[in-house]
Amino acid sequence: MSAQLAATATPPVALEVRDIAVHFSGLVAISRMTFAVPEGSIVSLIGPNGAGKTTAFNVITGFLKPTAGKILYHGTDLTRLSPDRIAALGVVRTFQRTSIFGGCSVLSNVLTGMHQRGRTETWGALLRPRWVGDEDARLEAEAAEILDFVGLQNRADEMAGNLAYGEQRLLGIAIALAAAPKLLLLDEPAAGLNPSETEEFIGVVKRIRDRGVTVLLVEHDMKMVMGISDTVVVLNHGRIIAEGTPETIQHDPDVIRAYLGQGVKHAEA
Amino acid sequence: MTARLLPWLFVAFMAVLPLWMHDQYILYVLTSTGIFIIAAMSLNLLLGYTGQLSLGHVAFFGIGAYTSALLSLGFDLDLGGAEPFVLDPQPVWIAFLGGILMAAVFGWLIGRLAFRVRGAYFVIVTISFAQVMRMVALNWVDLTEGPMALNNIPPLTVWWPGEGFVPLYSKEHYYLLVLAVGVLSYVIIHRLVQSRVGRALIALRENESLARSVGINVTRYLVIATVVSAGMAGAAGGLYTHYIRIVDPDIFMFIYTVTMVIMVITGGKGTLAGPVVGGLLFGFLPEVLRDVARPEVQWIIYGAVMIVIIFFLPQGIVPAVGKLFSRKKKHPRHDARTPTAPRITEGASS
Ligand SMILES: Nc1ncnc2c1ncn2[C@@H]1O[C@H](COP(=O)(O)OP(=O)(O)O)[C@@H](O)[C@H]1O
Ligand SMILES: [Mg+2]
Repeated sequence: MSAQLAATATPPVALEVRDIAVHFSGLVAISRMTFAVPEGSIVSLIGPNGAGKTTAFNVITGFLKPTAGKILYHGTDLTRLSPDRIAALGVVRTFQRTSIFGGCSVLSNVLTGMHQRGRTETWGALLRPRWVGDEDARLEAEAAEILDFVGLQNRADEMAGNLAYGEQRLLGIAIALAAAPKLLLLDEPAAGLNPSETEEFIGVVKRIRDRGVTVLLVEHDMKMVMGISDTVVVLNHGRIIAEGTPETIQHDPDVIRAYLGQGVKHAEA
Repeated sequence: MTARLLPWLFVAFMAVLPLWMHDQYILYVLTSTGIFIIAAMSLNLLLGYTGQLSLGHVAFFGIGAYTSALLSLGFDLDLGGAEPFVLDPQPVWIAFLGGILMAAVFGWLIGRLAFRVRGAYFVIVTISFAQVMRMVALNWVDLTEGPMALNNIPPLTVWWPGEGFVPLYSKEHYYLLVLAVGVLSYVIIHRLVQSRVGRALIALRENESLARSVGINVTRYLVIATVVSAGMAGAAGGLYTHYIRIVDPDIFMFIYTVTMVIMVITGGKGTLAGPVVGGLLFGFLPEVLRDVARPEVQWIIYGAVMIVIIFFLPQGIVPAVGKLFSRKKKHPRHDARTPTAPRITEGASS
């Protein structure tokens, strides 16, 4: 009862990472990680290289089985599900390294991302009854909208591999959006972008949130992180060292040490 | 537009060919080349679109051939019971469909296996699979007659008004039948790769992790691809066995798979027309060379042509021609940013 009352006051938790540990044959990539992502918010996961951020993404989206712990998405345990099942629940990620279908047109990249929104299977494809044509038309229209949303509408017929780097990063997000995410995990979306492109990306992420998509963001660009996050979780050596609003994080001595004091790491190890 | 019409112009040309072309030998070469093109098209679905190299593809061809031959001839099998199992000869088309089905079932098995073993292991598994099939065909003499071969396999038939099913003994008619099956196979692959299913298959080839991250069930689509591919190869095997009317274990020889791979790679893997172009080239090359060179030299030229194509056109002939055309179209325009996707190779991209 009281939990329900509380739920009306604060938004429900979309994702709950509970006591997750990941060991790679001796190496501890993540140890006892616990945090929550409230629905409709932007939560950022930051930390130095090798802190375990991408590993956390891999665990949440089913690409990696954790050594211990649970991932709950609206109460459903994700740790036993395959990546495609998890995507079907609305949990979709992007990749740190640019990840697109390079040999396909930009439009078909997005159409491929829309896989779950289609129903056509082998017989439908071969016999092509009318509804298959209708479905194709509907998906193509939606794909055009998504390209519009990220600003790639003029590049629809271009081979994805021929796009400029910044455009490829945008396409990566468009593909993820095509999969109809409710929770979107972005792994360093602004990596390698120039300031104006980063600015554009900040706008895109905000608009994604405004559409009601919950966002879990990994990013090194502090302007982006501090500008758009509701909550920031700081990871170092696989351990959460701080969690809070951007303001508190910026003044947290542990965080400053993790980012600036290289000597401190050796003392801890 | 012309690129869309081109395949149908080609089919129309091939369909009227027997009207003026009466050279039985050329018809024979065209027919057997056509059968191999169908097999190459089926391989292309796996190799070109899904990105899985099956070096045992001839196994599906051979399974289709043997199954269809055995069903049409009938057989009896001592299964250790009191009475041997006896199967009466079946109508050829039933036998032919049985061959497709059997090949598809084995395709399903290999597809399930491919889920666990990828890359180099998949290549080894498929090669071994073809070798095992050859051993079975050689040694299960009760069923397959082993190296003595299955003989007197009945030809396929066609239904004719007033006459019922007539066996296809004439070269012209069999040629047209192979052309029809070839067109059907082409349409099947065309529709498949341009659909949601095809996009999933191509996604596997392009970026498997990304495919999974947007909800594509990799195993499922890999299995669909191997089943369709194996069934189509089985159909080619059935066409072959009822044409040659004899089948022996040599049908499982590795060189046949290699021939199919060469046809697909030189023509352009992952393109619709690639296996047809590569198939015609390497189906006819040996015949042309036979008249002009000694056997040793023939094979050297064969290899040299292959190497030259792969060296200069690594994507294959069809994508190269496609690029040439799109470049010609592009030049008169000023707006270089207007994308002119190579429409001929659109099978690979959409
Ligand atoms: N598949 C793997 N096998 C072994 N070690 C790994 C693997 N993936 C990541 N690691 C290690 O785990 C640690 C965390 O990596 P990662 O999650 O990529 O860090 P981040 O994304 O925060 O930069 C690093 O030390 C990395 O070398
Ligand atoms: Mg990372």
